[in-house]
Order: sequence, then structure tokens, then C-alpha cells
Amino acid sequence: MSAAISTNGAPRDADSVPRVPIVPVKGPPRAPPQLAAEGIAKSFGSLVVLEDVSLTLPPGTFHALLGENGAGKSTLVKCIMGYQPADAGRILIDGAPVKIESTRAAQAHGIGMVYQHFTLVPNMTVAENLVMARADVPLVIDWNKEREGLRAFMAGMPFQIDPSRVVRSLAAGERQKLEILKQLYLGNRILILDEPTSVLTPSEADEVLGMLRAMAHAREISILMITHKFREVTSFADEVTVLRRGRVAGQGLVKDLTTADMASMMVGGEVPRASSSRAELELGDVRLSLHDIRAVDDRGIGVLDGISLQVKAGEIVGIAGVSGNGQDELLEVIAGQRELAGGEMRVNGVRYTATREETRTAKMRCLPEEPLRNACVSNMSVSENIGFRGYDRPPFTLWGWLVRRDALRRHAAECVSAFKIKTPSVDTAMARLSGGNVQRSVLARELQGEPRVLVVANPCFGLDFAAVAFIRTRLLEARNSGVAVLLISADLDEIFALSDRILVISGGRMVYETPIASAEVATIGKHMAGHG
Amino acid sequence: MNRAAAEAVLIRAGALLASMALFGAFVALAGADPFDVFYQMYRGSFGTSFSVQNTLLRAAPLMLTALCTAIPARLGLMVIGGEGAMVIGGLASITCGLACGAMPPWFVTVAMAVAGIAAGGAWVGFSGALRAYRGVNETISTLLFNYIAIALLSYFVEGPMRDPTSLNKPSTRAIPAEDMLQSIPGLEVHWGLVFGLVACVIAHVLMMRSVFGFGAAIAGGNLRAGMLCGLPVRRMMIIAAVLGGGAAGLAGMAEVAAVHGRANASLVTGYGYTGILVSFMAQHEPLAIIPVALLFGGIGASNGLLQRVDHLPDATVAVLQGILFVVILASETLYGRFAIFRPREERVVRSAVRGPTPEAI
Repeated sequence: MSAAISTNGAPRDADSVPRVPIVPVKGPPRAPPQLAAEGIAKSFGSLVVLEDVSLTLPPGTFHALLGENGAGKSTLVKCIMGYQPADAGRILIDGAPVKIESTRAAQAHGIGMVYQHFTLVPNMTVAENLVMARADVPLVIDWNKEREGLRAFMAGMPFQIDPSRVVRSLAAGERQKLEILKQLYLGNRILILDEPTSVLTPSEADEVLGMLRAMAHAREISILMITHKFREVTSFADEVTVLRRGRVAGQGLVKDLTTADMASMMVGGEVPRASSSRAELELGDVRLSLHDIRAVDDRGIGVLDGISLQVKAGEIVGIAGVSGNGQDELLEVIAGQRELAGGEMRVNGVRYTATREETRTAKMRCLPEEPLRNACVSNMSVSENIGFRGYDRPPFTLWGWLVRRDALRRHAAECVSAFKIKTPSVDTAMARLSGGNVQRSVLARELQGEPRVLVVANPCFGLDFAAVAFIRTRLLEARNSGVAVLLISADLDEIFALSDRILVISGGRMVYETPIASAEVATIGKHMAGHG
Repeated sequence: MNRAAAEAVLIRAGALLASMALFGAFVALAGADPFDVFYQMYRGSFGTSFSVQNTLLRAAPLMLTALCTAIPARLGLMVIGGEGAMVIGGLASITCGLACGAMPPWFVTVAMAVAGIAAGGAWVGFSGALRAYRGVNETISTLLFNYIAIALLSYFVEGPMRDPTSLNKPSTRAIPAEDMLQSIPGLEVHWGLVFGLVACVIAHVLMMRSVFGFGAAIAGGNLRAGMLCGLPVRRMMIIAAVLGGGAAGLAGMAEVAAVHGRANASLVTGYGYTGILVSFMAQHEPLAIIPVALLFGGIGASNGLLQRVDHLPDATVAVLQGILFVVILASETLYGRFAIFRPREERVVRSAVRGPTPEAI
């Protein structure tokens, strides 16, 4: 792993950097304090979220907090950060119990958090973002002095970002680094990271985590990282705590545990996997064909630069790539959410412009990521949302122009049981459902009526084990029944688990293609990074 | 479901009470007895058969102009061009009415109504098209179009269409008395009220029950979802704008054909703006517009008594309308703030997700 760190654009080899104090304003360097949580419990009404959870973070350790969605990871961290009071238990800093009732108090103890979603102001420069984050910003800022201070601070960091750059121009990986730099700049020595790599490429993730580990081992910081990626735990963490249903399911040194151990702690038994396997199929005719597709983004800048691809009946074509290389726009073009700037789409050999009529006759369905934002109306009911595809045709219409809500409701009730959607009723507003159940609802809608082409983007993003297995099973079943599936995913594991053929997108172009049999992670990774 | 309904009713009623309290304080400052003012308002709006008819007369155009905001609102458009559409509708209908001089009265009425609807629809529909194809903000464009409409009215009334005998108040020529829109039998209220009621019912069926309304709810609720479903979102926006404008245009026709018999500056009544208020208070639900329009019609009808009995200036009801508008808009932020209105299972979940990452518990 250290090889990966030094080769991937790291300004310097992390371990050979001469260290200067990382906290220019707060005196000499010292090891971060020891953080301990003891017997933390938290419940919301009758819902017990945490029960007797304890963990210790000795100075200079990299501790991973592993668990499924809803296992209580975020709640535990919020209790430590002072967002919400724990019902029971206490937090100790260097063995002394402390009361942390706000993030400000947490920061006073040197605890800082890096969120999954960025908290930077995109229109401001790096320097402005850093200085403004301080609690003690003076009324009039002496920018010359601040810039000098920042330069000295940056010089002591294992990775640098030019303070004069505007945050908007930073790539996701750089923003994540800046979030981490911000915490260090604020003088925080215990960093809590909430799935910090979810927006990064594998190599960016390795780079960032490698540097964090190096700093931890130099006893400059301690790290508590929420994750659900085993690879990150085994490659970078020293210790791990596994949460399951609000309890500690396992705790210990990473080197003593195998991935299988951790997985079984997480799910309490067998690791669920897609129960359907890939059947050997004769490939059918070409169902979806894109020819020289071009599109511009919202600012009018070209993002798709001549995409051509074909998907045949009975295959899953996976599009791998680093987020932001045109995947979103490609899906939007196919879904009819973005205008074509050039090129042509054909479905079943017929020109396709994503009108409702064409969508219906072609049986073309789409499962975009973030379904609540892209494919649902949050204040409409579950039954209405499930009815989006069919509400204007019998049996859901009366006299051709009235919508029969009773029929929609009955249909939705069938979908709810077939797709195991957890909802109080089919009349519940979509916004009240959890992410996994929103995804299931959209899946139910898009799979109804035997689709012939299915375009899917990051279908399992942010979902728990059971939902992931369920959704992947459905996708494979669809493929086995002869549906042409185009899968756009930022998760390489998912691409490998599902695809028959893999394409790599980079800079708005398809740069590499391989059948699954001869696909290699390293080669694909190289093309994803644009080093084809 | 019941809790949500109770929430809507109670927040609405609370806003009304708060507005009355503020208004009471205002009239007290103006030197009147607030309780007498409320009593006079009741007398002036619903207390006598005369005042009820006055209220109904005022409610009729409000129902139609409110639809001008309510129908496009289902598609996420914020149209405030009811005033302009009403003026243009009135102008078109008088033009048409004068043109078909010798026709039978029923024909003249139908022709005037069609002209009013078509002109009002085209007027707001143009703003809808600007929005759909050119991204022009429809709120701004419909607002500015109001001024253009009023300027056009002045131009035609004082210029090409002016009746030379109208001296103090430039007007067009009048349609013959037999061509005027008649009163509903047994009432001293013209057929415009029926237009308003029927339009609200049709709009309700169209927007809340029909295939078009369902699609509008999708596209209005989430444009991206609408596009994903392949809905012709742009065309739907224009249709909704045309329908709304048509309703307001019909209001203009009724004012011309039933009240004035001619077009002049009296057509600029403020009904278009009050209609916005009515639509908001009805949460853009066509059926709810009917009672709200009656309420505002009543407020308008009580104006005369307030001036005569309580010696309040005639802008007093405008102040009340302003207070109502601000308080109602402010009360929109209260939805979901009261735990008692939340369904049971959600109350637990809600309290669990305070903090920056609501998706994770």
C-alpha cells in the first residue's frame, strides 16, 4: 500500500517529510490526547440505537468503526462530538471525564470531524475557507499575515493545496484533503471521519488514508474512521470496532482479524450475496445503441465527447469511472433529463428521444442514483410514485382521462409486498421512507411490465447489506430474463460483481473496453485515472 | 392523513386569528373600536341579503383570478399575472362584443367569453412559453406583463376605441343592454359567479383527478422525475399557464359584460392581485379557492360600511388583506413544527435525525 501512496501524485513521500509543528498557533507538538467512550447508550423513543458501547482511542492510532447502515456508527460519533447527548455513559479525555455538549466543546478538546459531505464554501478560496473556519476570526483580517501563516502551516503538512485556489476548482479528492487540512489547521488532533472516501477514486482514497495513517503513526493525530469498506480497514486501520444493531459486535486489532470475521460480526452470520447467479446466455440483438453522444453540462461546458456503445439483450454492460467524468450527464441524456448536443440514441433499432410514448413502446426503464432527487416526488405518496410509469394507461385510467387512485393503490400494495418495501402504508409520502425503501420503490416501478432495456446508476449507493443483495439479485434476474442492462457505477466491486462487459469512461469518452473474463482491476484503474 | 388535515385547518385558522388581532390593533390605533369594526365587517359581508349578494359579486372574479395562480402552481410555476390577464380578457371581450353587434344576445355572450378566455390564456401562456423555452422567470414576466396590459388598456380606451361621448372617464362604447350578462334568476348576482364556481370544479377535476393533473403533479413536484417519465414538461407548463390565464380572462369578460358594459379604467380592480392571495390561502387547491374567495369577497364588501360607520379610510381593507397575506405566508413555515400533528411512527424517527447527516441514524 505504501507503494500506492508514493506513486499517486502525492507531493512528497509522506513518511520522509520533515515535520514541523502542525499547529502553528498552539505551541509545541505533543501526542494527541487519549479519547475514550464508556458505556454509551442512546435511544429515540422506543428505538434503541446504541447500547453500552465503549471504545478507546490511544494516541496515534487509526481506529475503524465498521457497521451496516443503521448500526449506530453515526449516532455514536454524534454523541462524542456533542451533537446529541448520550442517555448513558461518558467520554474521557486522557482518562478524565469531560462533558461535551456542543461541537465547539469538542473542538476545545481537540476533537474534529470530517463529514461525508463537504462543508466548504465553493465560491471562496482555500485560504478563506480555512481562516473563516476558525473560532477566533478577528474583525479585520490581516490577509498578508494569514497567508504567511497558512504557507508555514501547509509546509508542515504531508499534502499541500495552494491556498489561493478557489474551492470550486478543486477535485473531490482535493476537497476531501482540504477538509482534513481544515481540522488540522484548527488544531484538532483527534479526527473523526465519516466515510471519507465515498467521493474519492480508489487511488485518491489510498493516498489520503495512507497519509492519515502516516501522521497517526508519527503520533501527531489519532483517527476514528467510520467506514463500511473492509479494504480500507485491513489496509489502513490499526484497530477496529464493529457495531451491529447498536451494540459492539467485535473489537480488536485489525491484524488479528480476517475480512470474513469482520463481515460476520457486521451481519451476524453469513454475508448476504446476490442469490441469483449469472446464467450463461446467448446474447440477443442490440437493444440500446448510443452513437457519438455529446452533451454539455449546466454551465455549457462539454462533458460528453462522443460516447458510442451498444448493449445487447441479456448482458450487463458496466461503465466504470471516477465520479465526475460524464457518468451523471450520460444517464441524464438517456433518461431524457438532459438535451443531446449531438449524436443519436437508438432503442431496438428505432431512434429514441426519451418521450413518454417512446419510453413506453421501447420498454426502456431507468434507475438513477439518488432516486428521491432524480426519480420521485417526495411529497406524493408511495402508491403515486410507484404509478409514475403507468398512471396514464388502463387499468389505471377511467374513460381514458381520469386517474384511478384505487387501482394505483392496489398495484402499489402488490409491489410493496413483492419488493419488501417497508412503509406504514401506500399512502405515506415518499419522503418519509428510508433510502433503501425509496430505492426499492423505484426498482419496483421500473421493473414492472417486463422492461427490455434498463439503465442503472449507482443502485446500491449508501444502502445496507440486505438492500444491496436484494437489488443486485433483481438486476441479475432481469439480465437473465433477457433485459439489456447498462450499469453506471462508481463502485468497482459492483461493476465486477454484475457486469458481463466493462467499459471505462474518462473525460467524457469511453477509453477502454473489456469482457469480464479478461478484466483486471489494475488495468481498469489505470484507464479510470486517464493513464490509458 | 387526519392529522395532516387537522394541521392544515388549525394553522390556517390560527393565521386568520392572528391577522384579525393585528388588524384589530391597527384599527384601534386609527381610533376605531376593533370590536365594532369586526361587527361592521360581519354586517357588511354576510349580515344582510344585500351584503351577501355584494360579497358573492366580489367573490366571483376572485375565484377566477385565483385559478390563474393556482393552476400553474401545480406545475411549479408562480404566476402573478391575473391582473393583466383579466384586463386583456376584458379588452378582448368588449372588442368582440362590439364587433358582433346584431347577433342574438346568447351568441354575443358566448363570443365575448371565448374572446376573454382566449386573450387571457394567450397573455399568460406567452409568459409560460418564455419560461419553458427561454428560461425567463415567470413570476417576473407575468408581473411586468400586468403593467403592459394596463398600458394597453389605457391606450385603446383613450385612443382608437374611445367613445367620444365619454368625457370624464374615457371608455369604449358600451354593448347594448340586452347583450349584457344577466343576473342569476332569483339573485341580484350575475352569471359570473356560476362561471367562477364551475371553473373551480373543473380545475379541481382536471388538476386533482385527471391524467393531466397527475402528470402536472409529478413535473411540478420534481422536474427531473417528470423528465425521467418522459412527460412533455414544457408543453404542460404552457398549457397550465394558458388555462390559468384563460380563467382570469373570463373574469375580465364577466366584469365587462355584467358590470360595466364597456371597458375603462374600472377594469383595473386589484382582483388579479387579491386572487394571488386567495390562491395561496387555498394552498392552490381549486375547491378550497371557493370558500377563501367568499371570505375575501366579504372583506371587500364590508369596505363601504367601515368607511361610513367607523370613519375608517378606504385603504383599511387593503391593510387587512396585506396583513392576511404576510401572516399566511409566514404560517406556511409552521407545517411540521408541531409534534402533535406528526404521525406516530414518524415522531420517533424525526427526533432521531437531528444533526448534519439525516440519512444515517
